[in-house]
Amino acid sequence: MDTKNVAYIRQEMIGPAPAPLSTRSASGWVRTNLLATPKDALLTILAVALLVWTLPGMINWLFIQAAWFGTDRSFCTTAVQGGIQPNGWSGACWAFVGDRFQQFMFGRYPIDERWRPILVAILFIALLVPILMPKMPRKGLNALLLFVGLPIVAFFLLHGNVFGLQKVETPLWGGLMVTLILSFVGIAVSLPVGILLALGRRSTMPVIRILCVTFIEVIRGVPLITVLFMANVMLPLFLPTGWTIDNFLRALVGVAIFASAYMAEVVRGGLQAIPKGQFEGADSLGLSYWQKIRLIIMPQALKLVIPGIVNTFIGLFKDTSLVSIIGMFDLLGIVQLNFTDTTWISPVTPITGLVFAGFIFWLFCFGMSRYSAFMERHLDTGLKR
Amino acid sequence: MPPYPRLKQKTHKKEKDLKNEVTGEKASMTDHAAIAPSEGRTLRAYVYDPKIRGIFFQLLTLVIVVGVGWSIFDNTVANLARSGTASGYQFLKGRAGFDIGASLIDYTSDSTYGRAILVGFLNTILVAFFGIITATTIGFIIGIGRLSKNWLIAKLCTVYVEVFRNIPVLLIIFFWYKGVLSSLPQVRDSVKLPLGMVLNNRGLAFPRPVWGDAAWVIPVALLIAVVAAFVVARWAKQRQMRTGKQFHTIWTVVGLIVGLPILAFLAAGAPLTFDFPIAGRFNLSGGSVIAPEFVALYLALSFYTASFIAETIRAGIRAVAKGQSEAAAALGLQPSTTTRLVVVPQAMRVIIPPLTSQYLNLTKNSSLGIAVGFPELVATGGTTMNQTGQAIEVVSIWLAVYLSISITTSLFMNWFNAKMALVER
Repeated sequence: MDTKNVAYIRQEMIGPAPAPLSTRSASGWVRTNLLATPKDALLTILAVALLVWTLPGMINWLFIQAAWFGTDRSFCTTAVQGGIQPNGWSGACWAFVGDRFQQFMFGRYPIDERWRPILVAILFIALLVPILMPKMPRKGLNALLLFVGLPIVAFFLLHGNVFGLQKVETPLWGGLMVTLILSFVGIAVSLPVGILLALGRRSTMPVIRILCVTFIEVIRGVPLITVLFMANVMLPLFLPTGWTIDNFLRALVGVAIFASAYMAEVVRGGLQAIPKGQFEGADSLGLSYWQKIRLIIMPQALKLVIPGIVNTFIGLFKDTSLVSIIGMFDLLGIVQLNFTDTTWISPVTPITGLVFAGFIFWLFCFGMSRYSAFMERHLDTGLKR
Repeated sequence: MPPYPRLKQKTHKKEKDLKNEVTGEKASMTDHAAIAPSEGRTLRAYVYDPKIRGIFFQLLTLVIVVGVGWSIFDNTVANLARSGTASGYQFLKGRAGFDIGASLIDYTSDSTYGRAILVGFLNTILVAFFGIITATTIGFIIGIGRLSKNWLIAKLCTVYVEVFRNIPVLLIIFFWYKGVLSSLPQVRDSVKLPLGMVLNNRGLAFPRPVWGDAAWVIPVALLIAVVAAFVVARWAKQRQMRTGKQFHTIWTVVGLIVGLPILAFLAAGAPLTFDFPIAGRFNLSGGSVIAPEFVALYLALSFYTASFIAETIRAGIRAVAKGQSEAAAALGLQPSTTTRLVVVPQAMRVIIPPLTSQYLNLTKNSSLGIAVGFPELVATGGTTMNQTGQAIEVVSIWLAVYLSISITTSLFMNWFNAKMALVER
C-alpha cells in the first residue's frame, strides 16, 4: 500500500519538546527541590535561618577574626587578659597550631631525628598508594612489604639503637605519628587474627568454637577503655617477675585485641553470606580445609564485607584517641597537653586545638569512607540483586 | 604454575586413602569373621581422618590455652605476693576517702569503696538512659531528613552525619567540655534563665521540686491510668477486629496518662513547692545542679551516636520496597497511615538489630566520662584501683557489669526482634 501521500500522516518527525521547566531553569529547580509543598517551604526557611544564624559567625571566628601569626599567647588574648587583641575579641588562634604543628605531628621526638618518622611516612605512602589502586600489579608482594616489611623497618628506624641510630624511647613518641602507628598495627594485626577468630567461631570443633566465642563476646561486650586499662595494669602482672613491658606496647596489645574481636564479627558476617554450595563445591574438588578457605571462601567473603572492614578501620582510627586517657600522647593527647602550656594559654587555645585535631581525624576517616565506597563500586560484580 | 601439581598430588593421596577405607569397610561387611576394619587402615589414614585430626587439634589448643593460663596465673600470684597485695573483694568494705561530684544516692567520703562503685554504676546508667533517648530522637530526625525531597534539608543532614561520624567521640566530649561549657560565666555573673533556672560554670541549676504529704496520690493515679489505658487499647482492638469500627485509642490513652495524674494533683491540693537555686558570690545554694561534666558527656554521646542511628534509620527505611507504599496508596491509605502501618513496621525489622548495637555502643562509650571527670563506673573504679591496687578485682567488676548490661540488652532485643520478625510459612 502506498502511504506516501496520505494527507493525515505526518511527513516529518516532530521536534523534541523542551524539557519541563522544573529541570531547565534555576527557579524550576528551586520550586521542585526547595518549595514543593508549604511544609517544604517552611522547612527550607528554617534551614536557611539556621545557616544564617550559625555560618557567618563560624566563618568569622575561624578565619576572619582568627589570629594567624604570632609567637606567644599575647596574640590570642584580649587587652584585659594581657594580650594585643581588642577587648571582646574572640577568634581562632591558628598561630598556636602553626607554632606547635611539629609537636602535633611527632610529639617530643628529638628534633634532629625527625627525618626518621618522615622517612617512615614516605615509605608508608609509597607502599600504600599502589596497594590502594586496583590496577597496579603485584598486589601480593606489595601487601607483604607493607604489612610485614614496613613494620620491621619502621621499628628499627623509629626506635633506633641499631646501625648507629640514636635510641628514641617510646615515651618520646607522640602526636599524629603515634595515632597512625597504633591504628596501622591494629589494622595489620586485627585482619588476620579476626579471620582466624571468625573461622574458629564457625568451626565444628567445640573447644575451638567456645574459646573463640568467649573471646569475641567478652571483648566486644566491654568498652575499649577497660581493655586498655587491662592491658596497662594487668599485662605487667601476667608476666614473669622481673620482666617489664613497654607502655606503648601495652597500648598496642590492647588496641589489637579490641580490633580483632570486632573484625572477627565483620568477617563472620561475610562467611555466613557465602552459600553452602561454595563450601561443598570446594570439598568435592578435593581441596584441603585451608585451600578451600584461601582460594574459594575468603576471596568472596572478604569482598562482601569490605564496607564493614573499612568501618572497623575507621572506628579503630578514632578509638586510638582513647590512649590519651592512659597517659599516652597521641594526636588528641598532645593537643590537650598544650592547653596547659603557659606560652599559649588563652581562652581560645583549647577550642582551636580541638578544631584542628578534629579536622585531621575527619580528613583520615572521611578519606577512608570515600575509598570504601569507591572499592565497593569497583568490586561490584553485578551479581547483587 | 607451581600450585597446581601440588594440589593434584594431594588429591591423589586422598583418593588412595579413600580407596583403602572403602575396601576395608566392604571387607568387613561381606566377611564378618575374617578382617577387622582397622587392619585396612594405615597410619596415614589415621592422620587424614578428619575426626581424629579434630580431636588432636582441640586437645592441642586446650593444652596450649591451659598452659598459658596456668603460667599467667602463676606469674600473677608471684607478682601479687611480691608487691604484698591481698587478693579478694574485702577492699570493697573499706573507707573510700574520696569525694564524688555527682551522685544519685547518698555518698560521702566516709562511704565504702563498694558504694563508690555503685554510685559510678548508677551514673553510667543515668547518662546512658538520657543519652539513648536524645540520640534516638536526633537520629530519627536526621535519618528521615536525609531522605527528604527538600534538597537543603537533605544536604544539611548529610553534613551532620559525615561530620560527627568521622570524629572521635572523645574529641567531641572535650569540645563540649573545654570549648563550650568552660566558657560559661562565673557564679557571680550567672545567666538567669526562665523558670528560675541559673546557668554558670558550675553547671545548670534548676528548681528542685519539693513534694508535700499528699503527693503519693499522683503515682497511684498514674498507675491506674496506665492500667486503664491498657484495658481501653485491648477493648478497642477487639472491637475493631469484630466490627471494623475504629476508636480514638491514642487520644484516649494520652488523655488518661496525662489527665488522671493532673486531676489527682489538683484534687490533693497541689502539694508541690520549689526550692529555687540562688547564685551567691562564689557558690550556689538550693535547687538541683546538673554538672557540666555530665552535660558534656551526655551531649557528646547523643550527638555522636545520633549520626550512626541516622544512618541505621535511613538504611531501614530504604530497605522497604517502593511497591509496599505504592500498594498501600492503591488500597486508599493516607500517606500518614501508610507510614505508620506499612513502612515503619517493616523498616523496624531492619532497624532494630543495628539500633541495639548502637545503644550498647553508647552505654560503653559512657566510660569516657573518666576523661572529663564525670564519676561513672570506670572513673570511680579507676580511683578505687589507684588507691587500693586491686587491679584484677576492679577490672573483673567492670567486665561483669558491662557484660551483664550487654547480655541483658541483647536478650531483650532478641526477644523483641523475634516478636517483630516476619512470620513466614
